[in-house]
Amino acid sequence: MSLDFRDETFRGDFTFSNSPEAVRRFPFPFDRDAYMYAVNIERHVPTGREGSVFEHAFDVDEHYVSEMRDRALVLAEDPLRCQSLPHMALAGWDLLELIMESKARDYPDLFSLTKDGDRWHWVNRPLNVDDRFTFLDEATLPCGPLEYITRQTQGDFTLQDQREDSLWLDAGIVTTQADWSLDFDLGMKFHEWHAPVPVAHQLGVFDRALKFLMSIQHGQPYRRLNWTLTVDPLLDTSPENYPKWGPSRASLTPETVGRRMHLRVELQSFWRLPRSNALAFPIRAYLCSFEDIVSVPKWGRRLHRVLRDIPEELATYKGFARNRGLLVDYLAAFDDGQPTSPGIWPDDP
Amino acid sequence: MSGGTPIPVVVSEVTPLNDLVTRFRFRRRDGLPFPAFSGGAHTVVEMDDHGTRRRNPYSLMGDPADTAAYSISVRRDDAGRGGSLYLHRHVRPGSELVLSHPVNLFPLDLRARKHLFIAGGIGITPFLAMIHQCLRLGLRFELHYTARTRALGAYMDDLERQHGRNVRLYLDDQDQRLDLSGLLARQPLGTALYVCGPKPMIAWVLATARDMGWPEAALHSEEFLAPPTGAPFRASLARSGIGVTVGPHQSLLEAIEAAGLDPPYLCRGGACGQCETDVLACEGRILHNDHWLTDAQKASGTKIMPCVSRIEGPSITLDR
Repeated sequence: MSLDFRDETFRGDFTFSNSPEAVRRFPFPFDRDAYMYAVNIERHVPTGREGSVFEHAFDVDEHYVSEMRDRALVLAEDPLRCQSLPHMALAGWDLLELIMESKARDYPDLFSLTKDGDRWHWVNRPLNVDDRFTFLDEATLPCGPLEYITRQTQGDFTLQDQREDSLWLDAGIVTTQADWSLDFDLGMKFHEWHAPVPVAHQLGVFDRALKFLMSIQHGQPYRRLNWTLTVDPLLDTSPENYPKWGPSRASLTPETVGRRMHLRVELQSFWRLPRSNALAFPIRAYLCSFEDIVSVPKWGRRLHRVLRDIPEELATYKGFARNRGLLVDYLAAFDDGQPTSPGIWPDDP
Repeated sequence: MSGGTPIPVVVSEVTPLNDLVTRFRFRRRDGLPFPAFSGGAHTVVEMDDHGTRRRNPYSLMGDPADTAAYSISVRRDDAGRGGSLYLHRHVRPGSELVLSHPVNLFPLDLRARKHLFIAGGIGITPFLAMIHQCLRLGLRFELHYTARTRALGAYMDDLERQHGRNVRLYLDDQDQRLDLSGLLARQPLGTALYVCGPKPMIAWVLATARDMGWPEAALHSEEFLAPPTGAPFRASLARSGIGVTVGPHQSLLEAIEAAGLDPPYLCRGGACGQCETDVLACEGRILHNDHWLTDAQKASGTKIMPCVSRIEGPSITLDR
């Protein structure tokens, strides 16, 4: 696959958009015409559909270079978006190794990794990086291993230490998040950082999810999709910057819904790291405007039904309760009442 | 299946260390590097013991950063079911086996200011890998290792030579006793305690530490239970609609697997909880041998850990 990296922005003039090919591979998160919480976890690589965002361990797409530029802007304004407690340094190296090996294997035309014992040579052609360093020697990198590799990898990352029968969010980089804060959650354990989520606790979802995650083994990664809605293609919907983006929800009109409203899907994957025994959670955000969603007839019908029927408390938690009427009215025009096929993929044209 | 993608290996070295313990070194048959691992991890060794498929967990004892080979040390259990006997008697250089990806249920707490290791007998093996990891990461450690005799204290000479004052040995036949309360009393704040060895030793170390006020989060232990032998019995797997006979030297989990089912597992030693199974009916008495179920669950007779527990009686019906 050859990639044409787009030059675009995720702030200010918001020039982000998806090519028709990117729309077709968008990870539409609803496999049926209704939504409720489920521990919707499945095996990740190497079982992914060819050409889809599930094909490779860490998907690289046309937005790569621009997303990395946006991450650098966020970090320049707020260095606390990347933090690692001291005992997580080894997990950072584990993640660096996992990503470098995966990308060099999956995208040999874009990335290469050469090892001579602990002396490694990393080339990232899209970002013009050509670095030599010593594995496990932080002094040979310009910053910590977690920050170094995630400045070159789309998506947020959290690293969890496993101890005392729980997972502890002890390191991460978070610049493309659905309204949560690494600085606030750092050092919390699993049930603490999920405390704000409604409904799911009563269903026992988090007890089951924690038990599952703690048993994840090296060499057997899993994934799930999560979703929310965002006005304008803003990656950094953070609590820290809420005053800058929160008001945008109040400026939506029937004329601008299709262009400005975006379905935001997180491809979350779960990896046991070998040297540290920590768990890595990459959280990769994909954005797609409503007007591009409805270009796939199945998705237009289904998104209408999901948003129309979703319980009020979930609409509130996901932040679109005030605009629900506007969204459903817009989408209704693309729902002819026909049945939809099972699964998330577009029907073949 | 549990254990991730299986790793086919060939035995590259078999080294008898003393009357009871033999070291096995493995290379991958596909020539690729092994995954790196963390100190305290184990691998599940799958072997075909004359028609019975056994999967036994053994701690990885080599340098976790060495991806060229994996090593385990196996203590021969003459009274056991035969996994260790099979390895000792039949496995030679060139033998082919299958390993699982490493799993760690006994990891270092990397927050600790100091790591205090207490080993009894073959319980030394996870600490050999942990010591490699400590040296690589510059972590402070101390090992206290007890054995019946110097000849049975596998790796004692190497440990003494390489780590000098960080290692203390205690030999039963020399009447050398570990002064545990003295040792625990002089540890700095932030010390993590790890113990691996026979069941009574683990109980003694943990109880002593708790009595002295050590926080629970600082206490770590690992004991691999071998599934005990016993009289044969029948197991009905209600969901699958099949019945199996569990042989005297077979675990209930192995019998379920032999029938073609693939229940989840990690440790196969009664500690991780993965294979927990609901009991629908039991004609006889469940012999619980695990560390996982609570005393109340064991008393209720509604749960069993098939990796290490069996029954005394004719038959049991499981939700499998």
